[in-house]
Amino acid sequence: MARVAPELQYSDEHEWVARDSGDAGSNIVSIGISAVATDALGDIVYVDLPEVGAMVTAGETCGEVESTKSVSDLYAPVTGEVTETNPAVVEDPALINSDPYGAGWLFKVAAESEGPLLSAQEYASKNGGEL
Amino acid sequence: MTENYTALYEEHKKLGASFTDFGGWQMPLKYSSELAEHHAVRKSAGLYDLSHMGEVWVTGPESAAFLDYALVGKISAMAVGKAKYSLICNEDGGIIDDLITYRRGDQKFLVVPNAGNAKVVAAALAERASSGKAGGFDVTVEDASAGTSLIAVQGPKAQEILLRLVPAAQHDLVTGLKYYAAVDVPFMFGGTSQELLLARTGYTGEDGFEIFVANDDAAALWQALVAIAEDGELTPAGLASRDSLRLEAGMPLYGNELSLDGDPFAAGLGPVVALSKEGDFVGKAALAAMKEAGAGTTAGRKLVGLKGLGRRAGRGHYPVLKDGNTVGEVTSGQPSPTLGYPVAMAYVDVELTEPGTALDIDLRGKAEPFEVVALPFYKRQK
Repeated sequence: MARVAPELQYSDEHEWVARDSGDAGSNIVSIGISAVATDALGDIVYVDLPEVGAMVTAGETCGEVESTKSVSDLYAPVTGEVTETNPAVVEDPALINSDPYGAGWLFKVAAESEGPLLSAQEYASKNGGEL
Repeated sequence: MTENYTALYEEHKKLGASFTDFGGWQMPLKYSSELAEHHAVRKSAGLYDLSHMGEVWVTGPESAAFLDYALVGKISAMAVGKAKYSLICNEDGGIIDDLITYRRGDQKFLVVPNAGNAKVVAAALAERASSGKAGGFDVTVEDASAGTSLIAVQGPKAQEILLRLVPAAQHDLVTGLKYYAAVDVPFMFGGTSQELLLARTGYTGEDGFEIFVANDDAAALWQALVAIAEDGELTPAGLASRDSLRLEAGMPLYGNELSLDGDPFAAGLGPVVALSKEGDFVGKAALAAMKEAGAGTTAGRKLVGLKGLGRRAGRGHYPVLKDGNTVGEVTSGQPSPTLGYPVAMAYVDVELTEPGTALDIDLRGKAEPFEVVALPFYKRQK
């Protein structure tokens, strides 16, 4: 069963959100997709991320994740400006499968507001994940 | 949709498979990574459960003449022991299914249709046996699908792997078996030896075998192969890799490239249609008219291979564009694991089907460049 990282929050569209723990006053969040999603997608071969400086809106599409079998939209779980993207996953999208909560992070946003987010517990019980 | 389970369903669960519905069957999509499974088949060998495929026996004095009437190929010309790829069409020339027929005796044939079409094919054969000529054909059509499992070992190491289950004295039955041929071979598994029908056929573009086994014995044979797989040269593989392998090999999939609305000529299967064979066959008049009209050569659309020049893959039903105008539609497409670039099959206006022709695929609103290439995309080194 797919692992759900307990320290993160999740959107209904299977994105995870992590607060930047290094800086207490920071509104920067890291965003990725859950292992539930990567398991369902299969081997990811291409990822299209929003550009640094672009505004993303919670609940709206901001990119695409393509696996051998399918293409899925990437939804922004928060609203704000993109501050950084992960060049490693663009170069080697398989990182998203092998380490979805770590090296496979996708982009960071200076969050102004959040869409509805679930706790790890809620997300896991709703989507059949394992904490 | 009816949920059917193969006799190996519990075995797949033990191996941690993810499942998908295919043709009304719960089948393994993958066990771990579909890319790893794909590469395993190209480099070593993969183990597949294909028990969702149908098995219809046609026996009796008029079997050969009957199959010449019911299918588009000249089945009567096959030697005993051989296999032949063919189509079953309707009166309009629409494709009901593509299938492989094995000649197991002078008056004995095994027809293997696709999972989702097995019942339709069995019913069509039974109907054609009684209505095909005055008094009917003197044949028996028996749908053995529900009791028969099919296990495939595909890849360059398939032969040496199977030989581990065959007594040394019978090894030459396997090593001497030609592509598109089948033979009864004793297999040792589950503590006993049992003669099974072994075919050198497949859907991956690699050398490989398919073994027909009764449902009651399927788990024991599968377990014997899984035990071999633990040595590392054989990898249990699911339908995701089977699809990417067949696409690289340029093989059509019923429901994608082939359908009741399609025609064999546009699909590149003209040579499979034996218009010159003796006597009538179902769909003959319509197929002759299609050929006369230039279907797939000068008129209409034709199935082509498309090679992506970028990184994005075309997917089924995406439009194919030339200078912004729709000139075709993708039937299958994905990134090719072996070749490292996107590949697709598509029906395209015949005047744009020359290899080298530059086309675009409309990838959800964005035109991505592709180029027409000859099929197959991948051909194994012999």
